[in-house]
Amino acid sequence: MEFLNLAPLVLALPFAMFLIIGLFGYKMCPKFAGILGTSVFALTSIVCYGIAIQYFVANYGMEYPKEVIFNFDWLHITENLVISIGFLLDPISATMLIVISTVSLMVHIYSLGYMHGEEGFQRYYAVLSLFSFAMLGLVVATNIFQMYIFWELVGVSSFLLISFYFKKPSAVRAAKKAFIVTRFADMFFLIGILILSYYTQTFDFGILTEVIDGQVPIVHDTMGGITLGGLSVISIAVFLIFLGGAGKSAMFPFHIWLPDAMEGPTPASALIHAATMVVAGVYLVARLFPIYSFEAPRVLEVIAYIGAFTSIFSAIIACAQTDIKRVLAFSTISQIAYMMVALGVSGFGGEEGLGYTASMWHLFTHAMFKALLFMGAGAIIHAVHSNEMDAMGNLRKKLPITHATFLIACLAIAGIPPFSGFFSKDEIIVAAFEANKWVFAVEYIVAGLTAFYMFRLYFRIFWFGEPDNGFEHEPHEAPSTMTIPLIVLAAITVITGICWAFGILQFSQLVSSDSLGYAIETHWSIALLSIMAGLIGICVAYILYFKKTGRPNTVVSYIKRPYIWAYNRFYIDEIYLFVTNNIIFKRICEPIAWFDRHIIDGFMNLLAWFTNSASEGTKEVQDGNVQSYAWVYIMGVIVITLLSILNYL
Amino acid sequence: MSLPLECYLVVSTLLFFIGVFGFIVRKNLISILMSIELILNAASINFIAFNRFLFPDQLEGFMYSLFIIVVAAAETAVAISIIINVYRKKKNIDVKSINELKY
Repeated sequence: MEFLNLAPLVLALPFAMFLIIGLFGYKMCPKFAGILGTSVFALTSIVCYGIAIQYFVANYGMEYPKEVIFNFDWLHITENLVISIGFLLDPISATMLIVISTVSLMVHIYSLGYMHGEEGFQRYYAVLSLFSFAMLGLVVATNIFQMYIFWELVGVSSFLLISFYFKKPSAVRAAKKAFIVTRFADMFFLIGILILSYYTQTFDFGILTEVIDGQVPIVHDTMGGITLGGLSVISIAVFLIFLGGAGKSAMFPFHIWLPDAMEGPTPASALIHAATMVVAGVYLVARLFPIYSFEAPRVLEVIAYIGAFTSIFSAIIACAQTDIKRVLAFSTISQIAYMMVALGVSGFGGEEGLGYTASMWHLFTHAMFKALLFMGAGAIIHAVHSNEMDAMGNLRKKLPITHATFLIACLAIAGIPPFSGFFSKDEIIVAAFEANKWVFAVEYIVAGLTAFYMFRLYFRIFWFGEPDNGFEHEPHEAPSTMTIPLIVLAAITVITGICWAFGILQFSQLVSSDSLGYAIETHWSIALLSIMAGLIGICVAYILYFKKTGRPNTVVSYIKRPYIWAYNRFYIDEIYLFVTNNIIFKRICEPIAWFDRHIIDGFMNLLAWFTNSASEGTKEVQDGNVQSYAWVYIMGVIVITLLSILNYL
Repeated sequence: MSLPLECYLVVSTLLFFIGVFGFIVRKNLISILMSIELILNAASINFIAFNRFLFPDQLEGFMYSLFIIVVAAAETAVAISIIINVYRKKKNIDVKSINELKY
């Protein structure tokens, strides 16, 4: 069976589900709407898997081609400016198809249990379908403008899902914040696209990323040598595009929206704010990687530094948070920054491009285990009805399946072999080691911190000791619709790791910067170092949080100031508020508003007042008396007659 | 012997201005209606006089005066019915009393 022919279904099915459930969902019984959405998405997933597997099998061992399955002109604006919608298949989009369809399907199933009985259940499934449609459309985009369109669509569906509990003011605020921050970053993305396409006269990825003799001809020939304010136009354009990606991927300083986005339903957080949408920025950079690598290497270096800073910054914050979803949110920021770092330190081609492979591989593994962690957190929240660690403790007996899967995910993210996270993280650290020692040092510390805060979370939830006030009611394991996705994702985390460990399938054979497969040798010296970092992190967490003792408080009292800073997220939100309220609003907006209210409106009011009083003065002419009209009329006729007679004389 | 054209025109002009004067100064709606009839008659006289003196072998002028008489009759009927309605509402037929249609 040729799955490639079914490619249009990948976009059509979720979109049709969005329309059907969105328009007629309120007439369906909620359970039916949920099962309908889930089963149709299961079909979509099968098609996605089929396409990806056939693609990899057909081209294994050769150079992976960029296959355009279909591409039609959607908007024909001028001869040069054509916006098309299509389906591009290459190693990274095929990988993303697998990631998105797996996580989204798991979230669909999980939500059947988690969202059971919620008001607006059908709306939730409609938006979930919209998101899946938009995300799939984003990764298979054949041109940068299609990507931008779907980019905004995922932003909208993220907004809709964060504000799902729209009766809660905090959820509404979080949704607005997420939308405004990402939109602000997307403005730079759009400017970048416009600059790039203004010079190259094309949006098409196939043309934009074609590499010949160590350069990207289309970009090099049209934009090379042109500078603006001392910077090359290429660098400006690709840096602006990166800023758009930084907004979606929550890089510093655009990270502020992601922790607040946890106000949404937990499965939606797992899908959007952990596994798929937030890695869109990484995917964007990977998509345009040849341009970054050959034409703007300095920008790539900046990306590595931004990524390194973001990863350590958010890892430190994650150590001090008490809301479990926020810990996971900061961990997500940190891990995405890891992927950015990997791209930033990567070269092009073969072993040089290790960072690129590692980045995509980490994207894959992270999506699985982070979605698993979020869903596990969802099961815990479901059981104890709170997000706060203080309401948890000693849950391992009460939630055995959640406990086992959560532990697997924690081991994976902490980088303990043979779980998948170890291999992907290790390759990133190796790539950083070979490119830049400073970045390597930072990432190494972050690896330790990651292990610490994840196991702090793990021990705090599952061991530690029961909460002081006891549980609100006896916690119990989640229903099977919720535990099955956990088991599936845990299995994927284990199996992908083992596949790599035993050399059954190396990810580098599938995804590489130059589309040629290559074999990676595990660098055991560095691998041992990173395992050590992970183990130290786990040990520290064990000492502090395994049993209920005063140790955490003692440690906190030694580092009171930094702890408070980290707990308050280094006051970045406050800085943003200060800048917007006291500088932008007070110093810029208020004078402009005054000018608008008094000068512009005043001028208009003057005109209106003038017209009004003029007509007040003259309206008496129309007094309703027929005879005075006749008098004016006849006098007019006489005057006109006399005038025309005078004219003749 | 017959009177010259100017005599007819003088008569019709006088008739026209008497009509206009009546239209403007009379208060009674019936009188105003009668003034309008005078104006129409002045126009009819003009038509006939010009037809008689300038184009004696054609009949358009006569035809138009006939039309005017017919239209005047119809218009009078309408006007009278309006006046009767005004009278029913206002209990008088003073033109000053029907001035609601204004600014």
